[in-house]
Amino acid sequence: MSVGEIRVEINSDQDIVVARQKGRGLASELGFSSGDATLIATAISELARNIVSYARTGEIKLKGIHGSSRIGILVIAADDGPGIMDIRQALRDGFSTSGSLGLGLPGVRRLMDEFEITSQPGKGTMVAVKKWRQ
Amino acid sequence: MVFTVKSLSDSHRGLARRRTICAQEKNFMAKRDSTPTDIELKRTEEPSELLRELVAHLRQNRTQLREEWVVRISETRLLTAMTKEEIFAEATSVYDSYVEALETEAFEALQAYARNLSERIIPRGVETHEVVGIVLLLRDVLARSLFAKYQTDFKKLNRILDAYEPAANRIANTVAVGFVQERERVIRQQQEAIRELSTPVLQVRERLLILPIIGVIDPQRARQLTEQLLRGIRTNRAKVVVIDITGVAAMDVTVANHLVQTVEASRLLGATVIVTGLSPEIAQTLVTIGVDLGKMNTVGDLQGGIEQAERLLGYKVASITEPN
Amino acid sequence: MEVPILKQGAFLIATFQAALSDADLNQLRMGLVQQVVKFRSRAVIVDVTAMDVMDSFASRTLREIAHMIRLRGAETVIVGIQPEVAFAMVQLGLTLEGVATALDLEEGLAYLNEKFKITNRG
Repeated sequence: MSVGEIRVEINSDQDIVVARQKGRGLASELGFSSGDATLIATAISELARNIVSYARTGEIKLKGIHGSSRIGILVIAADDGPGIMDIRQALRDGFSTSGSLGLGLPGVRRLMDEFEITSQPGKGTMVAVKKWRQ
Repeated sequence: MVFTVKSLSDSHRGLARRRTICAQEKNFMAKRDSTPTDIELKRTEEPSELLRELVAHLRQNRTQLREEWVVRISETRLLTAMTKEEIFAEATSVYDSYVEALETEAFEALQAYARNLSERIIPRGVETHEVVGIVLLLRDVLARSLFAKYQTDFKKLNRILDAYEPAANRIANTVAVGFVQERERVIRQQQEAIRELSTPVLQVRERLLILPIIGVIDPQRARQLTEQLLRGIRTNRAKVVVIDITGVAAMDVTVANHLVQTVEASRLLGATVIVTGLSPEIAQTLVTIGVDLGKMNTVGDLQGGIEQAERLLGYKVASITEPN
Repeated sequence: MEVPILKQGAFLIATFQAALSDADLNQLRMGLVQQVVKFRSRAVIVDVTAMDVMDSFASRTLREIAHMIRLRGAETVIVGIQPEVAFAMVQLGLTLEGVATALDLEEGLAYLNEKFKITNRG
């Protein structure tokens, strides 16, 4: 079974729903449990939402991936928006945050297994997250 | 300021491997369509015609070849967990699926068949090397019969083998992979069952659940406990949960956070959580991560916790320490 | 997307669907408050059983709904959050603090009836 790359353009809030539904679908196809598929869909929803809120347009890429003898999912959220000024601040993980403030990136990191971010003011943002099947 | 943690090495490797597989598949296709330079191909010797010819031969000689294969299987002492009758029955369906896969090249169907077959034979104790072994034996038996048939026409034999070998190898691969996937699925299921058994969520009264946590908790077990508890709240319609951590020696920040998340998630399902057995050390850890212990329902010991739970649920509790 | 809002005695019951867009949620927020005023309801039960993902916007909207409804003197109860969704929410730090929650519609009604000590006529 080969799984190609799924791309969802994010231009409006309706695309957020599309992106997370495709994410859940891909997660199921890859054999993730229903609980994990929910975590993945939620993470995609937050990442897509950030694009809409801060960059207005961007895209979400979804792909099944292979590690050493395990299967996972890769989600890349990319935009040409204003970029993040202070990434360390954005990633500060206070467990008492309500989650409705800021970018919710610490939350997305908790939902997934691996998390990488590249961002520069004026050059856009790219967040890549992975989750591995148990 | 660019803040890049590391490159996506895994996905790059995956991409490289996909490119290699694509190249391999292109080679496979090219080989089948290539024309030899020495003589002109007659129509009857084009690759697809050859495949049809060899499939017809394998079907015609089905009984004999299958018998030969079964003999080889018992000679090499494979499938010792199965009886002769069982082997014969499975051999027939495997033989037919093999020939059909050669003919139709429907490898997804073959993989589904392989997983199906594995589901039947894994509980019988059949191992990976046996499954791979018998498929390779079948490949050999069929190849020998092709040698025998075309031994007088060496060039034709070569062309027949050109058609047969890649397909036969792909079949062996497909069946092995299907078997292994099914095995892995079974193992995962068993592991999940073991984990569930070792972390019981107990219903002691209507609407009241107790989750005693004992020993060392790692993040994975903590997460599994939470999921189990939440499912239990839903199934038992629990309104109060008592989580007893008397038996927990130490708790690091990660696990303490899991505990807090469990309390919060339970509330989202309409259940109140009472935490009992909090040691001073663990209380300290919770305060360190910013938990307001005043907001968390804590009681010294399990018994006290259960009594409070019953009070919350409206049961009358007779206690010698408090007036009613 | 149309979200059904039923009147049950002094309560309103709104059943949220699965794929609600932000625009849908915004409309709901307005609509629910209007209905509370129109029917002088004592409480609103928001049933999110069908929601398979609850993200920060949905969570914030629910809290705002509860807040606005409280300003009209009515109570809000969120029911039907799925175990998996609850787990994902707390990972994101979404706790719906300050909003009453119950397991499902039945529990939600029991909670409200207890709170208001009235019997509901359909």
